[in-house]
Amino acid sequence: MEKTHILSILVENEAGVLTRVAGLFSARGFNIDSICVAKTLDKNESKMIISISGDTQILEQITKQLNRLINVIKVQELTDEDSVVRQTVLVKVNADETTKSDIVRIKDIFNGRIIDVSRNSYTLEVTGSEKKIESLIDILRPLGIKDIVMTGIVAIQRAKKLN
Amino acid sequence: MNNNVQKNLMAGSKIIIESLIKEGVDTIFGYPGGAVLNIYDELFNYKDKIRHVLVRHEQGATHAADGYARASGKVGVVLVTSGPGATNTVTGIATAYMDSVPLVIFTGQVPTNLIGNDAFQEADTVGITRPCTKHNYLVKDIKDLARTIKEAFYIASTGRPGPVLIDIPKDITSSVYEFDYPEGVELKGYSPTYFGHHMQLSKVVKELLNAKRPLLYIGGGVIISNASPELKELAELIDLPVTSTLMGLGGFPSEHPLFFGMLGMHGTYAANMAISNADFIIAIGARFDDRVTGKVEEFGRNAKFVHIDIDPSSIGKNVKIEIPVVGDVKAVLNSILEMLSTKSEEISSTRHNRLKWLEDINIWKYEHPLSYKMNDIIKPQYVIEKIYELTGGSAIISTEVGQNQMWTAQFYKFNSPRTFLTSGGLGTMGYGFPAAIGAQIACPERMVFDIAGDGSIQMNIQELATAVQYNLPVKVAIINNSFLGMIRQWQELFYEKRYSFSQMNANPDFVKLAEAYGAVGLRATKPDEVEDVIKKALSIKKPVMMDFVVAKEESVYPMVAPGAPITGMLLV
Repeated sequence: MEKTHILSILVENEAGVLTRVAGLFSARGFNIDSICVAKTLDKNESKMIISISGDTQILEQITKQLNRLINVIKVQELTDEDSVVRQTVLVKVNADETTKSDIVRIKDIFNGRIIDVSRNSYTLEVTGSEKKIESLIDILRPLGIKDIVMTGIVAIQRAKKLN
Repeated sequence: MNNNVQKNLMAGSKIIIESLIKEGVDTIFGYPGGAVLNIYDELFNYKDKIRHVLVRHEQGATHAADGYARASGKVGVVLVTSGPGATNTVTGIATAYMDSVPLVIFTGQVPTNLIGNDAFQEADTVGITRPCTKHNYLVKDIKDLARTIKEAFYIASTGRPGPVLIDIPKDITSSVYEFDYPEGVELKGYSPTYFGHHMQLSKVVKELLNAKRPLLYIGGGVIISNASPELKELAELIDLPVTSTLMGLGGFPSEHPLFFGMLGMHGTYAANMAISNADFIIAIGARFDDRVTGKVEEFGRNAKFVHIDIDPSSIGKNVKIEIPVVGDVKAVLNSILEMLSTKSEEISSTRHNRLKWLEDINIWKYEHPLSYKMNDIIKPQYVIEKIYELTGGSAIISTEVGQNQMWTAQFYKFNSPRTFLTSGGLGTMGYGFPAAIGAQIACPERMVFDIAGDGSIQMNIQELATAVQYNLPVKVAIINNSFLGMIRQWQELFYEKRYSFSQMNANPDFVKLAEAYGAVGLRATKPDEVEDVIKKALSIKKPVMMDFVVAKEESVYPMVAPGAPITGMLLV
């Protein structure tokens, strides 16, 4: 069954680890939708957040094989229910006298910031779930998007709730 | 006091050799080149401690180290240079990786300041070998050298074994650092599970005793974990029939009344029928390869599966497993035996079920035993039967890949582990001969045979010079049908006998070729010459190449067409 999966992979912070991990996906013809890697509090370890869509059974197999890599310390699949998922977008949108106020209003609705301004464009920074980013793009598109850059998604497991 | 001595300072090349000695290595298979000259120069000082076997091609070095490792259970060690030296080892590394063979491969690399510069004899060895090694390293700092070697040997030989490669730039071998070999390793991401989960094991024992038609399906894991004695004890304790994959042959005595031969594409009728009719199958150190399962949906269709394997990623990969057990085969079988030791009543009260089942399998065995028809041309199967007879079944046998391999699996009765060396997973033609050389070096007192085809022997025939140089009494039996026999067989069966480029129209005269190398060449062209040729070969303490001119269009049967259920066997 095809489904989007988010894997949180704790690895040793070493040259070549990203290639080893990515190699397991590419060898099976999987395209990684997004990937974010950065070191953790322990500078010897990095956390990778990989978002990928594909057959659930094959991904289970890949997960097992990720565990087999010597540099991989822990692999965890994060689900929507038990984790918080965020993505940041920087988007440069056409802005003239008639649309500037609209853009500011959209920015407020999406809880974003204007990080760069020119005579005919505004650049917005917005962070949120993938869905929120998608709807932002839908709304801005008619105004004319000049450029857009997205981070990969980051995700963290929710703290356990007290009963 | 000399400061150097106090701090134990050494050049990288010496650190490498001293580390090898710490690991108990006394044999290396290698080929020198520019990037490893410092290491070779140091080796010259250690001639009395480390035997370096000079091969004729780096692929031969990896296969020889692989044969050495499979025959002895030790880690095989390879030393080659950068660039082409390293790329030539790749087939051997991939072969070892697929069959879980512990190797440590040292490759030279251009100096660190030239890496990425398209330098002379530069290749991205770590990049090229990443998908076919268990792990690999590029040593960029002399400080990491000893620790890396320690880790490499540990990773190669523990858990599910496999090849580990260490790429060493030339400047690292000449820089100097304190030698302090670590006692242990610290690897956060690597800790194999050896002991099976207790709850899972009690389920196995309970269901096993309730089963009416239980079956053991064993693979190479039995041999790797040295679990043959435990396996035999378990099978005999409760009368469990045993069938084996190609890689498992020798893990259980072939002549044992509970053994029903290899299963799969060229498996015996009894083994394939047993798998298809069993109600409870314990897969032990096997991985449900497509050549074993045939149409995977039909494989063991009436059975519940237990899968014992040290590699969790092997479990549930191809077939749904009811009771997975992650652990070392030997440790897990010991736990099962211990649990069974308190159940002698249940064992005897359920025995009649299993005896009835054994009767069924024996009927299949007698209905369709392995067979072939003799006439006045030498049959390949006959040659292998004769080698079996004349070696008393006690030789170490390697094979190439194709018909020679399948006939050997069928007609040589392997009765002890580490006596059958064959490239099962990757299916590497050219594996058998260098592997036989490695095995002969590991076991100088044993008879070692490579059973080859006329096609595959030519893939690494240059190693004849190695065998002659070290005066190794390796015997090569060429099953010479002037065809790539298995290709021809498939073309006969599935391509209307269109023998497209599968004929070897210009084979060398193998007898003269052997003589040219300084080995002995023998030939048999009629059935009644076969025995004499083998006897003569056995009496010569030199490398001997035997050319058996056999029936050209003989096929391996039984055969299951690829993708068909394994009960759909074409019989003789």
